[in-house]
Amino acid sequence: MRITKKGEENLRLYIYISALITLGIVLWILGHILINGIIKVDWKVALEDKAILPSLINTFYIVLLSVLITAPIGIGAAIYLNEYAKEGKFVSLIRYSTQSLAGIPSIIFGLFGMIFFVTNLKLKWSILSGALTLSIMILPIIIRTTEEALKTVPITLKEGSLALGASKIETIYKVILPTALPGIMVSIILSVGRVIGETAAVYLTAGMVPRLASSIFDSGRTLSVHLYILAKEGISFELAYFTASILIIFILIINIISNCLGKIVNKKLKGN
Amino acid sequence: MMMAKIDVTNLNLCYDKVKVLYSINMMFTANSVTALIGPSGCGKTSFLRTLNRLNDTVPGVKVDGTIKLDGLNIYKDMDEIKLRKKVGMVFQKPNPFPMNIYDNVAYGPKIHGITNKKILNEIVERSLKQAFLWDEVKDRLSKSALSLSGGQQQRLCIARALAVEPEVILMDEPTSALDPIATSKIEELILKLKESYTVIIVTHSMQQAARISDFTGFFLLGNLVEYKETKKLFKSPDDDRTKGYINGIFG
Repeated sequence: MRITKKGEENLRLYIYISALITLGIVLWILGHILINGIIKVDWKVALEDKAILPSLINTFYIVLLSVLITAPIGIGAAIYLNEYAKEGKFVSLIRYSTQSLAGIPSIIFGLFGMIFFVTNLKLKWSILSGALTLSIMILPIIIRTTEEALKTVPITLKEGSLALGASKIETIYKVILPTALPGIMVSIILSVGRVIGETAAVYLTAGMVPRLASSIFDSGRTLSVHLYILAKEGISFELAYFTASILIIFILIINIISNCLGKIVNKKLKGN
Repeated sequence: MMMAKIDVTNLNLCYDKVKVLYSINMMFTANSVTALIGPSGCGKTSFLRTLNRLNDTVPGVKVDGTIKLDGLNIYKDMDEIKLRKKVGMVFQKPNPFPMNIYDNVAYGPKIHGITNKKILNEIVERSLKQAFLWDEVKDRLSKSALSLSGGQQQRLCIARALAVEPEVILMDEPTSALDPIATSKIEELILKLKESYTVIIVTHSMQQAARISDFTGFFLLGNLVEYKETKKLFKSPDDDRTKGYINGIFG
């Protein structure tokens, strides 16, 4: 059956409306928060909140630490799965467990982290416990998106390298990884976003103390935890909006930086 | 007859349980161009890919029989890295690496341990000249290889293969993705290459086989039906199947 002209117009309308609704929701949320948090906010009150700057720095620590822990492991595992593993029981077990890991609610990671890292390993409530817990949480994201990125590298490039007498490992390091790099960066950005936004798993492992952690063995709250406490305890919605704005701007800056980084790397790889 | 550069005896190839090649016996002489023709799925590309052991990367592949390069068994007397240094390959679709032009050509020599910048420069220049690409790219060696046209990219891939100084060059339908002008440039290049290399080329175009090759092998359903001098094969084929194929009755 052919689509009639009228039907075609309706379909197009539906697609446009869907796009508009999506855009609208994003703009609405962003606008609502930024207007309340930046424009309408009483800066005297906002600047008096001495917990924001430490929380921001704590967040930065946790992001950096968990990405430093997870990225090498996740990328390594993805390379193994994509380039070395022969399809079999072992590999499907690994795939299955990464998928399950991705589906577990974050509060359960938090609980596990609290029992294992905080109590059993005696790391106490600390940036390190938080980062380790979040590392486990973002591992499946990094593995899966990196695997997707590796899969997009055409097999002809791989064979081209092998046919020149390069070994498998040389081919992986010199051709496959550089070609997949933009995709791998995306996987890291995604996991950074996840870490910044996480609340439950963080306050169970890194604590809620509103102070700057003096080392990774010290506890401290992140921005999301700070926001959660401000809103939940009804301390101040004004401050909550302000914190949320900072959080959004922080994520925006990280996205922009990694985007630029990706472009620079890409340019270097491909020549001008 | 001169001594064989490559000598294939009783070669059988299976992917899992599917048999693709049936006891192929074939000899390739140095400094000649040999064309492999036949309909799609006849095993000619699989055959080509056993000559540099690229089929080894395919899971479930089984090869038996012997292939000798200069008298050495390529499965027993050398590893695949040594083999592939001597037996280069050019693929059906141009596959330059996403790097600049210079790095594409320098990739092979670097892998094989050449680090001296001056020597690398010389190799890059010489290889690009051999592939008739130097004049077109000498001013933009640091530009992306992906900015070149399809025909230029394919010549870059040939230069890249030449840079590791192979003795044999395998070509898998190297012009099938190119327009007639780019094709004729590559054909010219192949004729030049045979002065110093042994060239084995898989092609779907019988005109191309007739234009550039000294010997032609006709493959059908995994068998080598007929193999002899190109002129003889096209003028007076012995086998009815060959006759049918080159006259366009099937295939």
